[in-house]
Amino acid sequence: MSTFTPSTIDAETFLREQRRKELVRILTCGNVDDGKSTLIGRLLLDAGLLADDAMKTLEEDSKRYGTTGGAIDPALLMDGLQAEREQGITIDVSYRYFFTEKRTFILADVPGHAQYTRNMATAASTSDMAVVLIDATKGVTEQTYRHTAIIALLGIRHVLVTVNKMDLVGYDQAVFDRIRADFGECCARFDFTDLHYIPVSALAGDNVVHGSASMPWYRGGTLMHLLETLNVASDRNLIDFRFPVQIVLRPNSTFRGFAGTIASGTVRPGDDVVIFPSRKHTRIRSIETFDGPLQEAFAGQAVALTLTEEIDVSRGDVLAHPQNVPTLDDRCEAMIVWMGEEPLTPHQTFFLRLGRAESLATVDAIRYELDVQTHHRKDAASLPMNGIGRCSLTFHQPLAFDSYAKNRTTGSFVLIDRVTNATVAAGMVLDRRREDAKGRWQMEPRSRTLRRESGSIAPKQREKLWKQKPVTLLFTGYSGAGKSTIAYALEEQLFEEGHIAVVLDAENARLGLNRDLGFTTEERSENVRRVMEVAKMLNDAGIIALCALVAPTDEIRRNARDLIGSDRFLLIHCDAPLEICRKRHPKALYQKAHEENVPGVSSAYEIPSDADLILRTEEETPTQCAQKVADRMREQWLF
Amino acid sequence: MASYSLTHLEQLEAESIEIFREVAATFRKPVLMYSIGKDSSVLLHLARKAFHPGKLPFPLLHIDTTFKFREMIAFRDRVVRELGLELIVHTNEEGVRKGISPFVQGSAVYTDIMKTDALKQAIEKYQFDCAIGGARRDEERSRAKERIFSFRDAHHRWDPKSQRPELWRLWNTRIRDGESMRAFPLSNWTELDVWHYIHVENIPVVPLYFAALRPVVRRKGSLIMVDDDRLPLEPGEIPEMRLVRFRTLGCYPLTGAVESPATTLPEILEELLCTNTTERHDRLIDTDQVASMEQKKRDGYF
Repeated sequence: MSTFTPSTIDAETFLREQRRKELVRILTCGNVDDGKSTLIGRLLLDAGLLADDAMKTLEEDSKRYGTTGGAIDPALLMDGLQAEREQGITIDVSYRYFFTEKRTFILADVPGHAQYTRNMATAASTSDMAVVLIDATKGVTEQTYRHTAIIALLGIRHVLVTVNKMDLVGYDQAVFDRIRADFGECCARFDFTDLHYIPVSALAGDNVVHGSASMPWYRGGTLMHLLETLNVASDRNLIDFRFPVQIVLRPNSTFRGFAGTIASGTVRPGDDVVIFPSRKHTRIRSIETFDGPLQEAFAGQAVALTLTEEIDVSRGDVLAHPQNVPTLDDRCEAMIVWMGEEPLTPHQTFFLRLGRAESLATVDAIRYELDVQTHHRKDAASLPMNGIGRCSLTFHQPLAFDSYAKNRTTGSFVLIDRVTNATVAAGMVLDRRREDAKGRWQMEPRSRTLRRESGSIAPKQREKLWKQKPVTLLFTGYSGAGKSTIAYALEEQLFEEGHIAVVLDAENARLGLNRDLGFTTEERSENVRRVMEVAKMLNDAGIIALCALVAPTDEIRRNARDLIGSDRFLLIHCDAPLEICRKRHPKALYQKAHEENVPGVSSAYEIPSDADLILRTEEETPTQCAQKVADRMREQWLF
Repeated sequence: MASYSLTHLEQLEAESIEIFREVAATFRKPVLMYSIGKDSSVLLHLARKAFHPGKLPFPLLHIDTTFKFREMIAFRDRVVRELGLELIVHTNEEGVRKGISPFVQGSAVYTDIMKTDALKQAIEKYQFDCAIGGARRDEERSRAKERIFSFRDAHHRWDPKSQRPELWRLWNTRIRDGESMRAFPLSNWTELDVWHYIHVENIPVVPLYFAALRPVVRRKGSLIMVDDDRLPLEPGEIPEMRLVRFRTLGCYPLTGAVESPATTLPEILEELLCTNTTERHDRLIDTDQVASMEQKKRDGYF
């Protein structure tokens, strides 16, 4: 019924062409009144893609139902909508298939009425390209805004704005130019790779497959030309290797294959990989397929990977290369398209499917609702059906994911109602690392019934015993600036004077307490937060905490000060030029800056603007520096 | 330098393999609906690819209406034997006892009892929670909006109004006890893709798809093959030998042959490229009533 193939091609040519033909998925949006059905019908008709029996049906239907006075009405071909309504058949997204010499197409056709947002989002989620239809007699309408917003939200990067019914406005270039300007304004905020405007008359056939004699002022390609030639292959992410494990194949005791479809990137036997969420490291032994092992596999291929070590890997885990990993977290910020009949309210818990992982997820808060017509954000206590909004979610177990902008496969999820099993939401993860990092500092405890306990020893008693008031010193600076060296020198000096102080060294913390953390700014922030929590406990026990941490940003250091309390917190900047640090550093860290995240080199280090003390470590010895700090402490904390 | 791109057939193959693996990973007791036709042959081939080097993690189920072409049954048994597959054959025995046949009760009642009811019986008997089928969206209009994972309630009914939206490839495979799912790995394939793939992958199909001299009678504009002596000949009907082949295979009294000289896969492809009427054109059950397929699906037909 809905396959359309050219009728003048022999098998040999067909087979030859097919060997280099790619599959392109298109979404058409616009409603019947804009002439959408006519447009698609015209496309197939003029491209010679109509079967004999379909053509005959079209001729008969044109006489019976047509709006063209008996002439061929291409709308009837595609529409079916009218007919479906008459026959009581359900209207939903439907898919049509056709091919030309250059490409094979799957066209998702979305009916323009009830459940609009839901259907659009569904169709757009798998599409590469969108045809946005505008009626030249009406211009850009509210519906155009809705379409465009949803297309952009779902990450379609190639848009063909088709201005139809040019015949009804006398093929006037001014009309086209005005629509073009209006639309350009409407979507200036979106990041489309391709944005083309085509003036057409679907009814008369101008610029659909054939050019137009009536619009000599238009120099661009016809709709079909653009569909056949726009480069969509570049959308595929071949950089970030992500392999969500779909199923473990264990046909016998010697073979253990992790089967799945490569979400992005490429992989070869011998590659080092990290498994998420366990963060275990291993290596690819082989890439297996029915047709034999592969020397390399890439995004889109369904394969089975074997590993060199016997490591526990299960469905839902994600494999990545060690130098390019996804976020591992139990929280995320996301745009949600809500499809449930009852509105979404905060604190509801759902089944979540993200990649091939399944978890429970709770929507903690609705940050705002997006008005897709005006693009305005408004506060919302709930999201109605077909509403779109930004939400924060907590997963009930840590999951590996990316932002949707970076990866359409590992950045998307659905929420499923726990009672009815209905799919109630589509989610797209936002890249909000900084806010997430801040969120951790300010996060509420999971349980609301927790209460702080305390013993009976008064702080004064502890102060008397140790001859000190507890304080936390945060030594910040580049790696190699001398933070730890000075901290240990100070610890020794205090010890000899009968005080008690403990060095909390970032490296030591990473060997135990923080061994799950990497070196992104977000993870560095969390590293500092945890060390600060320990420092606070030490302080509560009367002990001085000397924390040697890079703490690369003002925000992190401000958070640390807030957590400890500014009355017992000193920020000490170990200042040395980067070249000195580079030479000093024992572990050749800086040589690896191209692959690791080194503050000051491959990621930002913000020079503190609010340091309580600055130590020039290239000019003074560690002992001198420690002495300087001790002197400062004597003013207030040591006695 | 590798091109890192897949042809459209490779993309379809990868998608189908992913669907198969998803079924095996998320259902307790799936089954592959094996109807012996070309789509089933492709389906089986893809399933073998999905679980290589392992065996299929589910059995094959054939609903035998007892009116299948004899060559189909022979082909089925050979494939099962050669590939070492587990096959379950189910027939609606009550229907057989009542003598249900397309000639007596008509095609609609016959299909209802010998196919739809038989399928429900088998699913209940073996407690299958997901049946994998070879339906394609390009076959006819009600299938164009079918999901890849299509939910069925405890009465096997399809409710086109409350289908679950399918976003990305995040299929919602959750069901409750008694409910079941139909999964369609070939959803996005066209008839041409199926033949093209059979050609490229060298997949065996029932010889009835290739032209040969066969005894046929002409009925209601269709050529019906006289496959055995159960076909009641109407007065004046004399079977004649014609060079015919089948584009689709089902129950022989309900499946029309087409006159064709195509004896090889390239010839079939060429025929498909040139004539291009729709394949279900030759199946009588679809034309029983307007929108009949949607109605059948609501009732629990595959």
